[in-house]
Amino acid sequence: MTTFTDPYASSQETTEGRVYSVTGGDWDSLVTEIGATKEERVVLNMGPQHPSTHGVLRLILELEGETVTETRCGIGYLHTGIEKNTEFRNWTQGVTFVTRMDYLSPIFNETAYCLGVEKLLGITNDVTERATVIRVMMMEFNRISSHMVALGTGALELGALSPMIFAFREREKVLDIFELLSGLRMNMAYIRPGGVAQDLPAGALTKIRETVKDLRHNFKDNEKLLIGNSIWIKRTQGVGYLDLAGCTTLGITGPVLRSTGLAWDLRKAQPYCGYENYEFDIPTTDSCDVYGRFLIRMQELEQSLRIIEQCVTKLEKLEGQPVMVADKKIAWPSQLSVGADGMGNSLNHIREIMGESMEALIHHFKLVTEGFRVPAGQVYTAIESPRGELGVNLVSDGGTRPYRVHFRDPSFNNLQSTAAMCEGGQIADVIAAVASIDPVMGGVDR
Amino acid sequence: MSKSGMFGSKGSGDTSGFSGLVKSETVIGSAQRPYGGYFDQVADDLERAYPLFSDAIEQVVVDRGELTLFIKPDRLTEVAKILRDQLRFEMCVGVNGVHYPDQTNRELHTIYSLLSITRNQRIRLEVCVSEKSPHVPSLVEVWAGTNWHERETYDMFGIIFDNHPGLTRILMPDDWAGFPQRKDYPLGGIEIEYKGATVPAPSQRRSYT
Repeated sequence: MTTFTDPYASSQETTEGRVYSVTGGDWDSLVTEIGATKEERVVLNMGPQHPSTHGVLRLILELEGETVTETRCGIGYLHTGIEKNTEFRNWTQGVTFVTRMDYLSPIFNETAYCLGVEKLLGITNDVTERATVIRVMMMEFNRISSHMVALGTGALELGALSPMIFAFREREKVLDIFELLSGLRMNMAYIRPGGVAQDLPAGALTKIRETVKDLRHNFKDNEKLLIGNSIWIKRTQGVGYLDLAGCTTLGITGPVLRSTGLAWDLRKAQPYCGYENYEFDIPTTDSCDVYGRFLIRMQELEQSLRIIEQCVTKLEKLEGQPVMVADKKIAWPSQLSVGADGMGNSLNHIREIMGESMEALIHHFKLVTEGFRVPAGQVYTAIESPRGELGVNLVSDGGTRPYRVHFRDPSFNNLQSTAAMCEGGQIADVIAAVASIDPVMGGVDR
Repeated sequence: MSKSGMFGSKGSGDTSGFSGLVKSETVIGSAQRPYGGYFDQVADDLERAYPLFSDAIEQVVVDRGELTLFIKPDRLTEVAKILRDQLRFEMCVGVNGVHYPDQTNRELHTIYSLLSITRNQRIRLEVCVSEKSPHVPSLVEVWAGTNWHERETYDMFGIIFDNHPGLTRILMPDDWAGFPQRKDYPLGGIEIEYKGATVPAPSQRRSYT
C-alpha cells in the first residue's frame, strides 16, 4: 500500500520562503511549525474560497505577529464579461445581463441601466409615474434585502450567529414580495427601458403593507441584539477607520462615506426617479468606523420602509395607469404574466399575434428580434445603491445593440479602501472592516 | 455618413429586406457657447484658473445634459489638478475606456467621470490616444481612487497609464493575452443545440447594427 502526501495540506520550501497550505483541520501543526521558526513576518493568503471574505475575494495580508502591515486585494475570480456580452445583445436584453452583476441589488443595476437607456432615447420624461413609483418601491425593498445580507453576514463573520438568522428571515419576506411582483426572487429583469415588465398583481399592495408592518416589527430583534451589545461594540468601534479626506480621494460613497458625517446621498443630492417627492432622512454618524456604518445601515432600513409606505399611497392613486411608455416602437408589445416558473408570455397577446393580426405579429417579431434603435451618444447615469454610487456609462452608435456598457460599481471602487482601513490594525479587524465595506463580488468583477 | 447592408452578417440568402437596411451615423460635434446650465460656469472657472485651457482642450461636447471635455493626453494631469484643487471636483468616480476602431489615431478613448460634492456638479473628461501608442498619464497621484479603475481600463483595453504605481491586470488572469473589451477581440461562445435546432453563438447571430 502506498501512502500519499496531500499537496494541499503540507508545507514546502519555495524561493519566497516556506509556504504552508492549510485547509481546515490542520491549524495545530501549522502553529507549532511556525512557532518553531524565529520568523515574525508571515504573508497570509486569505481566500478566495474563504467564508468570511464575502464571496470570492482574495486578501493577501502581511503580518507581524497579529498586526497587519500590508494588505492587498486580489479580485477577478468572478469576472464573467457581462459588459462585453451586452454588446452582442439588444438594448432590452441588456437588462437580463446587468441584473446579474451585483447580485444582491439586482433592481438597482436594472434601474441605473434603464435610466441610462432612457436618457439616450430622450424619453426620461415619458416614463409613466406609476412605473417610476414601482421602480422606487422595488429599489427600496431591494435596499432592505441587501442591507439584511450586509448586517447578517457581517455579524456572522464576527462570530454572532443569531443576527444572521434574523436578517435572512427578514430578507426572505422581501424576496417573497419580489416573487409576487416579478415572478422571480433574484435577477428579475423586471425594470425595462421605458417602464417595468408588468403591472402589480391583484392584492399586491395589501401584501406589501402587511410585509412593511412585519419588517418594522422584526427589525427590532436585530437592534436589540446588536445596538449597545458590548462584544459587538468592542469588535466594531474604532475599527476600519476611514475619514472624509480618505473617502474623497478614494472615491468612496455610500454608508462608508456617510459614516464620516457627510450626508451625501444621490437620492437627495441629485434626485432621480422622483425621489425629491418623498420624505425621508439620510442617517449619518461621525465615527468613521465599522460601528458607525452598521448604525447607518440599521437606520436606513427604517427610511426605506418610510419610502415604501409613501409609494403604496401613491400607487393606490395611480391605479390603472400604464407601466410602460406609450411609444409602441420602444414598449414591448405585451405585458408579461407571472407563471409558476417566473415571468412568462401573456396568452392574450399570443392569441392576438398568432390568430388575429399579422401586422401585430410582424411588429412583435421586429421589436423582439431586432430591438429598437438608440440614437448615438454617450451618457452617465448614477443612482444611490445600497453600497454607494452605482454609475452606468452607456455609449450608443445608433444601433440596436449597445456600443459600450460600463458599470461603475460601488463595491469595486470601495474595496480599494481595504488597505487604508486595515493596515496597522489587528488581523481579526480585517474581517470587520471588509464586512463594513459590504463588497459584492458579482459587482466587483462583473 | 451612412452604412448600408447587413452590418456584419454575410452569406445569407436573405429576401426579407434585411440586406437593404441603411444606417445613418451621427457625429456629435463640438458645442458652442453658451453651453447651458452650469457648464458655462465650469468652463469660465477653468479658463480663469488655467490660462492654457484653450490649448489643452481639443473639443467640448454638450450632449443630453452632460458636459464632456476632450483633453490632450499630455495636459491631463495639469487639468485634473486644477479641477480638483480650484474647481472642487473632489472625486473621480470612475475611469473607463471605449474602443472606436474607425477613428484613426484616436482609437482608444479614456473617460473620467468627475464629481464635485461642494458644487453638486458632474463633468466628464475624455482623452483619445492611438492604438499604436496608447499612453495616458495616470491620475492616481491626483485621485487615489482611480488606481483600480485605471488597472481595469488597462486590462480591458490595453491603455497604458504612465506612472501608475502598479499597472497590472486586475480582472483577467495575469498571463492573459489580448484586451477583451477591444472591438476586434472575439466574444467567443459555441453553438447551442436546443430541441433539435442549433442556436448560433451570440457573436454569430444576425446583427442589425
